[in-house]
Amino acid sequence: MDAVVVRDLVVERGRRRVLQHLDFSAPPGRVTGLLGPSGSGKSTLMRAVVGVQRVRSGKVTVLGEPAGSPGLRTRVGYVTQAPSVYADLTVRENARYFAALYGRGAPAADAAVADVGLADAAHQLVGNLSGGQRGRASLACALVGEPELLVLDEPTVGLDPVLRVELWERFAALAAAGATLLVSSHVMDEAARCDRLLLLRDGALLADTTPSRLRADGRSEDLEQAFLTLVRASEGAAA
Amino acid sequence: MTSPGMTAATAGRVLRQLRHDPRTIAMMVLVPSLLLGLLYLLWKDLPTPPGQTSTFDRIGLTMLGIFPFVVMFLVTSIAMLRERTSGTLERLLTTPLSRPALLFGYGCAFGLAAAVQALVTVGVATTVYDLEVAGSLALVVLIAVVDAILGVALGLLASAFASSEFQAVQFMPVIVLPQFFLCGLLVPREQMAGWLQAVSDVLPLTYAVDALQEVGRSTEPTGTMWADIAVVAGAAALALALAAGTLRRRTS
Repeated sequence: MDAVVVRDLVVERGRRRVLQHLDFSAPPGRVTGLLGPSGSGKSTLMRAVVGVQRVRSGKVTVLGEPAGSPGLRTRVGYVTQAPSVYADLTVRENARYFAALYGRGAPAADAAVADVGLADAAHQLVGNLSGGQRGRASLACALVGEPELLVLDEPTVGLDPVLRVELWERFAALAAAGATLLVSSHVMDEAARCDRLLLLRDGALLADTTPSRLRADGRSEDLEQAFLTLVRASEGAAA
Repeated sequence: MTSPGMTAATAGRVLRQLRHDPRTIAMMVLVPSLLLGLLYLLWKDLPTPPGQTSTFDRIGLTMLGIFPFVVMFLVTSIAMLRERTSGTLERLLTTPLSRPALLFGYGCAFGLAAAVQALVTVGVATTVYDLEVAGSLALVVLIAVVDAILGVALGLLASAFASSEFQAVQFMPVIVLPQFFLCGLLVPREQMAGWLQAVSDVLPLTYAVDALQEVGRSTEPTGTMWADIAVVAGAAALALALAAGTLRRRTS
């Protein structure tokens, strides 16, 4: 059974149609990458999956239940693009609070902080951290619940290359342990690290593919180049 | 985890946030005592007609209920607005935390802060400023805490209608001042125009002030006082329920 199933999803914000008749499914135990330029609807789609987005029509099913069901709140972890942690608490205090909400103890919180590489900064106020560290503090607060589905909106923005690689290795390890990850990015070189790729443009799904298939379809080893080829081909078809 | 556990975790988190902000704590604890001192000096040398309560005793006692209400209203409306604008509220609503547990957590945390504030203010008022209260000082503290919780509840509710800090602070005069004007302190309620008295009847601060005046007058707790406290607590519960209704899990 797929971890996330989206059927004919339409989302409107104001008069603008942000997502138009989206269909896809994300397999369990895999990293599914959601790629597309800024403004393509990635965040809106993720909000719909965690059940905080009001939708116009369509169906979003997560782990067999309708998105946003009370039963999913312990099973789904969500990290927004802007770090949503308390700037006036330390990293550890943030992690311990979210741990308590997920019914976990302080050791789980400390482990999550260590997992994102912030053990040395655990006693610092989040407000005093760098942007990249804040993002990781926010990630720790989702990891602490050991969710079955982890929805991560641009988790690697502002991170140095070494940390980015470490985090992607961490995502792969979580998937190997059985978790499903839905990760958005606007950096195409990160697409190579995903098992599945959803390419989003102007609220519509341009391709539901894998890195190797994208390289073949776009006739380029460079994923960015392959993506561009697909975009041009679709625009040519539309014109 | 059960809801009481999450309420406690949330209250603990709010208090920890406060602990990292010592200046706010200092202001919360000391400013009411200093303002009360100003009122004390204002009336100190004015004569009191024989057989009447001195103006400071009457107004100072009332202020013990108004300070926690105003301070907690402001602090809570800003704190909740920050939850909304920083994205933490949206995140919390995706966790198992229930909306009442979140709001009660805030109520407990700021209620506790109000208790500390009230203990210090009542202590200073009765020792340094010779404020005379016929009844039990513990009841004064209790009324101050219930008042603070009313402030928290209305602050949580008001924050739903503010989309910026500028708007949030301006809700303070809108919500607080009419209640202060009509509570019976400036003009006795029985001398107000009938319709103003009717408005005063439905404003919760009126009952808080009346409860404090009951404690000020009689040595034993009166039935009126308990009824007043119940009205204030009921208004706080109603405001909390309405505030829970404004927390939407799904937004556009």
